[in-house]
Amino acid sequence: MRDVLKLVTVLVLCAWATGAAQVEPPVGDSLPTAPAPPPPAPVTNLQAQDTENDHGHSITLTWDLSADDGAGQRSVVMYEVFRWFPHQMDVVDSLRDAISTAQENVRAFRSDLPRAEHALRELKDDPGKLDRLRFSVARPDDAAFVLTAEYAVRALEDTIAAMTEQGPIIASRIGPMKDQFYRALDQLREVHARFPENGGWRLLGQVGFGINRYENSGSKEKTAPDFYPDYTDLYYRVEAVTADPSVRSEAAQAGPVQSKGQWFHTGKKPVLLFVLIFFVLTVVFVRLAKKGTDLYVRPLSGIEAVDDAIGRATEMGRPILYILGLGTADQVATIASFNVLSRVAKRVAEYQTPIIVPCYEPIVMAVAQEVVKSAYLDAGRPDDYKEESVFYVTYYQFAYVAAVNGIMLREKPATNIYMGKFFAESLLLAETGSLAGSIQIAGTDEIAQIPFFIVACDYTLIGEELYAASAYLGREPILLGSLKAQDWAKAGIIMIALVGMISMIFNWPAFAELFQVVD
Amino acid sequence: MSRISIIILVVVCILFAVSWLTKTNALDGDNPVREAFLVTLSAFLTLAIMSFMYKDNPYYKFAEHLFVGVSAAYWMCVGFWSTIVGNLVPRISDSLASYFMVPPQPGTLNFLYYIPIVLGILLLMRLVPKVGWISRWPLAFIVGTFAGLNLIRYLRSDFINQISATFVPLVVDWKGFGDFFSHLSLSVGSQFVDMLSNLVIFVGVFCGLVYFFFSREHAGWFGRASRLGIWVLMITFGASFGYTVMGRISLLVGRLTFLFRDWLGLIS
Repeated sequence: MRDVLKLVTVLVLCAWATGAAQVEPPVGDSLPTAPAPPPPAPVTNLQAQDTENDHGHSITLTWDLSADDGAGQRSVVMYEVFRWFPHQMDVVDSLRDAISTAQENVRAFRSDLPRAEHALRELKDDPGKLDRLRFSVARPDDAAFVLTAEYAVRALEDTIAAMTEQGPIIASRIGPMKDQFYRALDQLREVHARFPENGGWRLLGQVGFGINRYENSGSKEKTAPDFYPDYTDLYYRVEAVTADPSVRSEAAQAGPVQSKGQWFHTGKKPVLLFVLIFFVLTVVFVRLAKKGTDLYVRPLSGIEAVDDAIGRATEMGRPILYILGLGTADQVATIASFNVLSRVAKRVAEYQTPIIVPCYEPIVMAVAQEVVKSAYLDAGRPDDYKEESVFYVTYYQFAYVAAVNGIMLREKPATNIYMGKFFAESLLLAETGSLAGSIQIAGTDEIAQIPFFIVACDYTLIGEELYAASAYLGREPILLGSLKAQDWAKAGIIMIALVGMISMIFNWPAFAELFQVVD
Repeated sequence: MSRISIIILVVVCILFAVSWLTKTNALDGDNPVREAFLVTLSAFLTLAIMSFMYKDNPYYKFAEHLFVGVSAAYWMCVGFWSTIVGNLVPRISDSLASYFMVPPQPGTLNFLYYIPIVLGILLLMRLVPKVGWISRWPLAFIVGTFAGLNLIRYLRSDFINQISATFVPLVVDWKGFGDFFSHLSLSVGSQFVDMLSNLVIFVGVFCGLVYFFFSREHAGWFGRASRLGIWVLMITFGASFGYTVMGRISLLVGRLTFLFRDWLGLIS
């Protein structure tokens, strides 16, 4: 009996379990759907402002982060920035593309037409060429590639006819299209002002969560695809977006705002201040020098050796080689070198010693010719000036070195003077000059090259000594005045560095911040 | 030409021919004859330039003139095609741009670009002696403009930024002598090394500036500071010298590698 009860119980349990397992799960709409996630809180305090200290064509957007960014639901993963574009922008874009394509086609026609005509002439003159061509591009048994001379000639003639016919037509349409393009550009300001009519929002970009700044900038070139109009009403909106892009906050909108360039870069005030200080110092000392005030400049051994070196060259009857370096005419070292060259050329003219000035840069050569010519004139010997004494070599660094080294060994100059901007060629030149037995005087502000001159030359002007040399040699009031102004500026630097050091010891960063310059 | 010179020239020519033939057999590729010629020519030109270490000679002169001539012509072509044709022509005329087959730049036509053309023509006036003085005007424009632009650039990078770099505290994280001596260490970033480093920067800048002060005779304490300044400079130059020499050695290694691997095939 007990076994029967056990069996019945087991059967009942199995039947219940089977029945429960056979109940179909609810499908479709009968499932309880998860509630749609609520949209995140929108950004607040959206500000669109013209980007400061730039040439225009840029707007900077800032906003307060959504309440759900890093707090609340923490659902914001990024912010999307939109700008309102009038439909006129599409017209401008399509016209720009059309003009570009047309010009490209015209250019292609003009370059391809002569080639096609040439090919046609060749085929007509030499039909056998087609056979050679045919067998070079296809297997002899490949019928698909076997062309007849007549077919090729006809195809070329058709191509030439099409090019000849279409080219002028396309070219003639470029002008009207350009007019239309510029008219459309001129209307941009007007159509932007009609916001929100005839336009729509376009996505500009996305920034990650936690970031509350976006800069929208573009090109000032009207023909560039990313042209960004200045003095035009622009409108922006920013939306906070969740991981599901369809769930986003309400848009915050800003505008109208206009971009424009600034006349002054406020981040560069320290530069302006120092320019003014230096300007005042220079003017004061130049006036003092012009009044005849004795402005002391300590002797520079390298410069005092110049006169001795010129005298030595005269006694030996050998030329003086003057190297202006590899700098361009706008570099300070080269300009200082011109001043030294002027003095050397004047002395050389007085002593009637030949001078050789091989130049690396064409503009430098032109200036050097003028400098040497003027020096000969000042010395009262304009007829002794030889145009070929200052000449161009090449604009390739090591070719220039090879040429100058050759001059050193062939002309055997008594004195080599290196003044200006030098790079890897410094040791090659100075070592060769040393081997040739010349007296060598060098001066450069290129710090990496000064060691080579120090080891291979008899006298070396280090850095600013080169600038001082021109003032020391000429004793001209303007140069002397600027040299004195530089000295006072250096004294100022020492004082400022001292104060800066003390301010850092006492942890007063305000003084250091005065010297922060934005690039 | 002396007899010995002729013999040397003949030997060099024979060696060149042998090298060319040998390299042609050794090389694979589309055009081994041309490749072998170029490798051999490069090797002989390298040796010709290196022969300068012995003394000036006709082979060096040949290599020098070839180098100078090729480079001058090359840069003239680069200047014409990149500056005049590449930059100027598309901005002044569409038809000229089409003629030179450079991509047109619609809408960039600007009469401002005629200014450099005029300046360039004025610069060429020096070829005509009677009106050569006109060439001084563009020269003055170039030198003056760039000197003014560079003034601002250098004032920022070499002046103000350098000044701010010297704003360093001589006393770093000071908590008394006891703490200082108990944590005395020569490791990088330690208090002592930081203070020493800042001291060297400040004293080095101070003495270096004193050396470049031209308005006063370098005598007395001023002279001693100046002497210290030149010591600082020389130590810096010494470090720079060693660093650059190592770079030059690598250039030499590169050239020798070419000779012994690419030309002679002695090293793999």
